[in-house]
Amino acid sequence: MALLGIRDLAVSFRTRRGTVEAVRGVSLEVGRGETLAIVGESGSGKSVTSYALMRILDAGGTIKAGEAVYGGVDLRRASEREMSDIRGREISMIFQNPRAALNPIRKVGRQLEDVLLRHGRATRQDAKARAIEAMEAVRIRDAAQRYHAYPFELSGGMCQRIVIALALACEPKLLIADEPTTGLDVTTQKAVMDLVAELIRERHLSAVLITHDLGLAAAYSDRVAVMRHGEVVERGTAEELFARPRHPYTRKLVAATPREGVGVRELLPPEVRTPPPPARPIGAPLLQVRELVRSFPGKQGSVKAVDRVSFEVCDAESVGLVGESGCGKSTTSAMIVRLLDPTSGQILFEGEDIAATPAKRFPRDPRRARLQMVFQDATDSLNPRWTARACIADPLARLGDLSGSARRDRVEELADLVGLPRELLDRFPHQLSGGQKARVGIARAVALEPKLLILDEPTAALDVSIQATVLNLLVDLKARLGMSYLFVSHDLHVVRLLCDRIVVMRAGRIVEQGPTDRVMSAPESDYTRSLLDAVPVPPAQGAEAPAPDPDTGQAQGAPPPRAAAS
Amino acid sequence: MTDAALDRPRRSGTLQHIAYVLRDNPVTLLAFAMLGVILFAGVFGPLVAPYDPFASDASKALQPPSWEHWFGTDNLGRDVFSRVLVATRLDLAISVAAVALSFVVGSALGAAAGYWGGWIDRLFSRLLDTVMAFPLFVLAMGIVAALGNSVENIVYATAIINTPFYARVVRAEVNIRREAGFALAAKLSGNSDLRVLAVHIFPNALPPMMVQISLNMGWAILNAAGLSFIGLGVQPPTPEWGIMVAEGANYIVSGEWWLALFPGLALMLAVFTFNLLGDGLRDIVDPRMRT
Amino acid sequence: MAAGRLRTVVSRVAQAIPVVIGVVVVTFLLTRMLPGDPAAYFAGAAADAQSIAEIRTALGLDRPLHEQFVFYVGDLLQGDLGQSISTGQPVAVELARRLPASLELTLLALLLSCAVALPLGILAATRPGSLADHACRVLVTAGVSLPTFFTGLALIYVFYYLLGWAPAPLGRLDFVYLEPPRVTGFFLIDAALIGDWQTWWGALRQIVLPAVTLALFTLAPLARMTRAAMLQALSSDFVRTARAAGLRRSTVLYTYAFRNALLPVITTLGMVFSFTLGANVLVEKVFAWPGIGSYAVDALVVSDYAAVQGFVLTMALLFVALNLLIDIAYTLIDPRIGFDG
Repeated sequence: MALLGIRDLAVSFRTRRGTVEAVRGVSLEVGRGETLAIVGESGSGKSVTSYALMRILDAGGTIKAGEAVYGGVDLRRASEREMSDIRGREISMIFQNPRAALNPIRKVGRQLEDVLLRHGRATRQDAKARAIEAMEAVRIRDAAQRYHAYPFELSGGMCQRIVIALALACEPKLLIADEPTTGLDVTTQKAVMDLVAELIRERHLSAVLITHDLGLAAAYSDRVAVMRHGEVVERGTAEELFARPRHPYTRKLVAATPREGVGVRELLPPEVRTPPPPARPIGAPLLQVRELVRSFPGKQGSVKAVDRVSFEVCDAESVGLVGESGCGKSTTSAMIVRLLDPTSGQILFEGEDIAATPAKRFPRDPRRARLQMVFQDATDSLNPRWTARACIADPLARLGDLSGSARRDRVEELADLVGLPRELLDRFPHQLSGGQKARVGIARAVALEPKLLILDEPTAALDVSIQATVLNLLVDLKARLGMSYLFVSHDLHVVRLLCDRIVVMRAGRIVEQGPTDRVMSAPESDYTRSLLDAVPVPPAQGAEAPAPDPDTGQAQGAPPPRAAAS
Repeated sequence: MTDAALDRPRRSGTLQHIAYVLRDNPVTLLAFAMLGVILFAGVFGPLVAPYDPFASDASKALQPPSWEHWFGTDNLGRDVFSRVLVATRLDLAISVAAVALSFVVGSALGAAAGYWGGWIDRLFSRLLDTVMAFPLFVLAMGIVAALGNSVENIVYATAIINTPFYARVVRAEVNIRREAGFALAAKLSGNSDLRVLAVHIFPNALPPMMVQISLNMGWAILNAAGLSFIGLGVQPPTPEWGIMVAEGANYIVSGEWWLALFPGLALMLAVFTFNLLGDGLRDIVDPRMRT
Repeated sequence: MAAGRLRTVVSRVAQAIPVVIGVVVVTFLLTRMLPGDPAAYFAGAAADAQSIAEIRTALGLDRPLHEQFVFYVGDLLQGDLGQSISTGQPVAVELARRLPASLELTLLALLLSCAVALPLGILAATRPGSLADHACRVLVTAGVSLPTFFTGLALIYVFYYLLGWAPAPLGRLDFVYLEPPRVTGFFLIDAALIGDWQTWWGALRQIVLPAVTLALFTLAPLARMTRAAMLQALSSDFVRTARAAGLRRSTVLYTYAFRNALLPVITTLGMVFSFTLGANVLVEKVFAWPGIGSYAVDALVVSDYAAVQGFVLTMALLFVALNLLIDIAYTLIDPRIGFDG
């Protein structure tokens, strides 16, 4: 018998806009010693399912129907007292954003003690020793010293270790990991996931891994369930899902996940694919960055965020600037796009040193129009009080020479260009979806037909299927408008899809640069290799495997019609 | 959020949202209605008052409320209802003027400090901290005492003690948006610093400011009335709520409650209205509640 | 770590120094802004030209502004706030005599409002939509709308005139009692020290109404902030972690949520002090409380500017001191302070 059985679970939230059904009729099983991954995009109800199990739903959320049986106990009907004994002792959870998941003003050791004492795993006398043991169990070095640390004094990875220690301190049998790597750096992600997997194996735990990342799910789980709109649309082993995805949504999701040997066009479902645009020959250097340095005042003297960085972007070329957070890639791009003045060094754009013009005066510089940027978070980059039309028209009004109806026409032309339906132009950002907002941001950036476009993690905040369309849009636009790209990202596998060359940064310096294929297949630097290894890569084959019935989009074991309808 | 759910036309989003919040929150609707009444009394008060607020009649002194004199008469036989009604204009005028003044000055100071930071920020913050280092009502007393006992100076004093609140709200709102994507994007679109601040960032700070204004109006009224209660600013026999309460205070211990009660109630109602309005506006502008 | 805390506390005290200087400068400027001839104001209405001139020289008003400021600071350092023209006493002496009355009233009111506001706010936050929640919301909005002087009068009317429960609103102690020997200057404490419970009871009866009046006014911002901070803390990630770890409801509520919620509440206390000290003036006038507020109001009426100036300065210094205490308390509670700043 399974350790955990969920049948027809339904959860709804009472909101000011009426009732929202977050989970509708989910059935899942987790066997002893088994790891089940629940995969879905934002809003699919995957996290809500796990909160419902633990009965820690936010205010307004209730379990409407179904049952969840853990080791013979019906979790839905258990009393609050019983639940509080089960939480932490039988089932426990680790969360995303580990730093926020810990009490900011309590020593981490004390937080561990709270849990140990609560479940009778320690007495007042030996609580401290037990807490330190629990920290050592998650491979924390100098645990006795870390005991006294507050969360703000620890790195994100270390905080996640503490959260894991909290979850495992009382030796539960089932571990629920809710996006455990979100908010962590790529290399830390790998270390944390490996640790979790090792502990699960060591302690023979059952686990539920909740993630948006198919690759992660494939690498760390036995079975995968795919959720969408509050329903499970497909389940099976990771290999099965990748090799023969049956449900159209799974197919779309599998196809959209970047992986080895797959081009950017292949991320799209076959029915919407268009032939790739003809490649323009790479020309003369357009941007030359020479010995760029930027230092910031720190506590002990100044800190060099960017240290003697030099690279080039040629005409018609796409260059990827890759590194983890804090490596200086964003500072570098801010200097190139002239939002920030360098401490020293040159930025030659079309042969002229644009760093000679202070950032403060650059908005009125004639070269402003030729150097533009697409921002990381589309929501944040659109003025909440301006319509999409006003946002796109802003650069045209400030720097362009169009007026009145000509400008109006140009905005609509741009909307067509980026695939934004014209009727959405008069909406405000909060009335647009993530993908639509990304399109508005791109339309604004290309409005003046820049020569060089800097893409600052343009898809980082997007779901994987939308990422696929946006990446393809960028490929098309580049060819159509004759632009060059500088693509800034933490993810080598995404950068690879678009870029001819890759520049890898670490701690303010360039550790490696070269053609994409060479960097990906034979990295010179250990750091590049660790970056490559850090991202779990799903099985390469599969996306092209013949789907059972591509014409109708239906497959054997067809999903309920509602899920298939959209 | 699915695309399908978003494809419904939402052109009149803001108006719809306001209508929705008002329907959902009758208290806010009530506050708007009360605001209407107060504004009416402020504008037309002197026209509709049944008696001359200054006309004393010793034979009718200290009469309890009756059909003839709804709120009774005071120690000089003046009609309390007419005086309360007529006083609305003065009390509103003082607080509106003070709030407007502090809004303009506070916004300018706060926006500059929040956007440019550095020494401007340090200088302005020091300045405002010094104002805030006084218990504010006490500072207002000191200012009126120093500048001279007049209505005008009550306005200045109230404005000065309110300015730091606006400056702080604007500074914080501007500061968090200084590095926001849309502000940077505006620079890339060719907007100068001043334009980015004025056209892109500042309007986004307005919704929280509206809430602040509303809550502040109530406070400004209280403040002005408090000053005149202790004999500063407005002088008798001018009808003003604070003074009327002060005058009526002497009659409380002998049981003539109506002298102080009605102007006090009017004062309370006005402040209550602005506070309710502030809470209601907070609901309307809070983006988390927007659809 | 402990050294870091200590450093922070010391730096907080150091940061208060420029504020104090600012306060002194502003207070100085306030009197020099007096319209017309300050000497005439200081001399009083009955003075003739010669005595005005004498006073001008005596006060140094014929000298340049910065020299006057030096004199002013020099006098301050000697504890000299000038002479009150209405009572003829040194202002500093009068303020010192009256300060305990104001402090006793203010502190009692604050204690009272904290004792009600914090539990109410917590209750409202933990049971949203419940009776306590609604009560909290009504109280919060109504509370800030009440003019203190009006609440005071209403309480007097009900409890003194109608019910006769409260004594006449005339000061700290009815004339049938003797003032307890002065130790702290707080009648409630001084009477208790000598075990004179009759006087203690008499003092309590006098202070209840003004204290409640003040407390009602300060209740609202405190309860509002407590409720909001608790709501935020309860919906935070770390409370979810604590719940998921099976911690007891009481642990989650107090050790995790409330301690974090306390931080913004403490910050609000500064604002509340400001309100209380201001409202204090009005309440003292209503209840004929012999504190420094009513002293200042009486002085204002007769244009006794030295007294008003001394009062403003005293209040400001008191407020700076209270804010300093708040800052230090905050530093001691929040471990994050002292590392990033």
